[in-house]
Amino acid sequence: MTETTSQRFVRRPLSGWGGTPIEECDVYRPETVAEFRALVAHAPQATLTPRGCGRSYGDAALNGTGAVMLSERLNRMVSFDAETGVLRCDAAVTLSNIIEHFLPIGFFFPVTPGTKNISVGGAIAADVHGKNHNSSGSMSACVRGFKLLTGRDEILDCSRVDHPEAFWATVGGMGLTGVILEAELQLRSVESAFVQAENERFANLDQLLERMEDRDAEFEYSVAWVDSLARGASLGRSVLTRANHASPSALSGRLREQPFPDRQHRQHRRHRRRRRRRRLRVPFYLPNATLNPVSIKVLNALFYALHPASTWIAGCDEFFYTLDAIEDWNRAYGRQGVLQYQCVIPEAEARAGLIALLETFASSGLGSFLTVLKSLGGASKGLLSFPMPGKTLALDVPNSGPEVRELFRRLDEIVLQHGGRTYLAKDACMSRETFERMYPRLDEFREAKAILDPASRFASSLSDRLGLTGSSS
Amino acid sequence: MTTVVVVGATSGIGEAIGRELASAGFDLVLAGRERTRLEASARDLETRFGIRAGVQTFEALEFDAHDTWTEKCARIAGVPIDGMVLCYGVMEEESVAAADGRIARSMIDVNFSSAVCLLDRMADDLKKRGAGFLCAVTSVAGDRGRASNAHYAATKAGLSAYLSGLRGQLAPVGVSVIDVRPGTIDTKLTYGRPSLFLISTPERVAKDTLRGIRRNRAVVYTPGFWRIIMFLIRHLPDFLFRRLGV
Repeated sequence: MTETTSQRFVRRPLSGWGGTPIEECDVYRPETVAEFRALVAHAPQATLTPRGCGRSYGDAALNGTGAVMLSERLNRMVSFDAETGVLRCDAAVTLSNIIEHFLPIGFFFPVTPGTKNISVGGAIAADVHGKNHNSSGSMSACVRGFKLLTGRDEILDCSRVDHPEAFWATVGGMGLTGVILEAELQLRSVESAFVQAENERFANLDQLLERMEDRDAEFEYSVAWVDSLARGASLGRSVLTRANHASPSALSGRLREQPFPDRQHRQHRRHRRRRRRRRLRVPFYLPNATLNPVSIKVLNALFYALHPASTWIAGCDEFFYTLDAIEDWNRAYGRQGVLQYQCVIPEAEARAGLIALLETFASSGLGSFLTVLKSLGGASKGLLSFPMPGKTLALDVPNSGPEVRELFRRLDEIVLQHGGRTYLAKDACMSRETFERMYPRLDEFREAKAILDPASRFASSLSDRLGLTGSSS
Repeated sequence: MTTVVVVGATSGIGEAIGRELASAGFDLVLAGRERTRLEASARDLETRFGIRAGVQTFEALEFDAHDTWTEKCARIAGVPIDGMVLCYGVMEEESVAAADGRIARSMIDVNFSSAVCLLDRMADDLKKRGAGFLCAVTSVAGDRGRASNAHYAATKAGLSAYLSGLRGQLAPVGVSVIDVRPGTIDTKLTYGRPSLFLISTPERVAKDTLRGIRRNRAVVYTPGFWRIIMFLIRHLPDFLFRRLGV
């Protein structure tokens, strides 16, 4: 019996977090590194896609014509050095795991994407960024190295020094260079598990942009919510939230003495019969029309009205991972799913680009509730990494029909005109031509992939669509 | 500090139980067949929870080694062992077991004979100390043999009967015995097999196991609704049960 015959797969419909597209995929769940190797060497399917937590929005972790390998069973931590904050762990360990175990002893994840329910491997493959990209950079900045299982059935220890070409192709490489098995990460120390945050409200885009420049250096975290449906003089009306980690002296009484949550087992002992905290969740798919342009308009107006200028202290979880509080929130968009559009416009063109994007969007008759604008700092050296210095705008649009894709195509043109790009981890629509114009280091990536994965064993629906793999590549 | 031996620590359920116990602050000795995988799990638990986790290999069918095995665990831990959770087992297809006596016998030996002998030795130690617990993961399958799993069900039924008797022997000296009966669990054993119904997770089993140990429950069904289902199945008249065709 060969290794592969003992590995069963399940054929089931799979989608990204956006819930669209949905593809029937052969899904493996290898238990060990040896089983991953056996799959890469012998699985009968032509191509393979590694998949972590499935939190990319579109088709990056789908493979309807090949097979998907769930990484979830590779979830062990290897070591942690409390002096230096260096953590070694398997690829499927999640940011949530890391925060749960190390925030109690004063360490936090240096990159804070909108959800902590993502795997370390996925975060590296998408080179994710957070609300502190300006100061801390993207995921690659905190990755010291990783083990990569390539298409040549070898395991490479990659870092900035060893196999740097593999390192920079894999960071942001969307899982197309191999399977990330284990990573070494640099965590950061924090003084407390809280942040000190402030909100400001702006009537239009110019006020917002001006304010984002002003005093930007004083805050580590910065993110703006934008009313995507406001037009004319109030185009870009918004709420800017900025924050820093709170020092214990800024906290009140009890929290000052105990600025970190207890490690879990101590809690257990003290409250043996502690009630399990019920988490909120969207229990089923809401009707497709729940979030429509009219309800979104109302929600946007409410959101704006309910967020006057204020300052407050919030727990890290509550502040950074607001949406994680509601499990399966993507179901609120109904079975049709949600398409996210995230792009970045370089700094010099940012104002003009954002105005064009927001105007086009607001006049499209479609709505987006979670419209987010952030500053991005330095570009990552990842060959397919998304960040570049400038402003990034993200729109969540209910997938109500072909008009959404048509709109995204128009937005792509605006982004191209202003020298920007869209984010592969969110993308489900972009055309090959657009992609090739947006990512100038594509040829270098192709070369690196040809070396690491000469038989093109790793592919995904995204890479086929963008012409990175498949017959047309 | 309480130190617990988890036998079968690299199985899906064993791994989850290890995590649950470690998160509750127990020190552990992880036992199983593959040392490298055990060591990886031990490092994981130490890194995550700051507990001590030792490693000891275990071969179910090396009966002679059982005599000194619990002692070895205590030496690895550096302290006497306070409890044991036994969660190894094999499940052969019914047709395979029925066709080949050697396979049937090896399944019986692993799931039943070796478990009984190992628990006996651990019971000796705990009796002397007059405290501690023994916990074994059996199965709801043991509650009533079905046409599709007669051999497997018999091994688990036998183990459950033994645990029930052992409980009677050890209760007077203050050692508790817990019988954990999971339903269908999503592990490597079941992944990709046409699933029956009502699949649950190893994490759920682990949570229920820890609660069973803490509250000294005799029999833990996990998830809990299996208690009702199995009550009904056990009391179904035979002519009806046969017609279910399961």
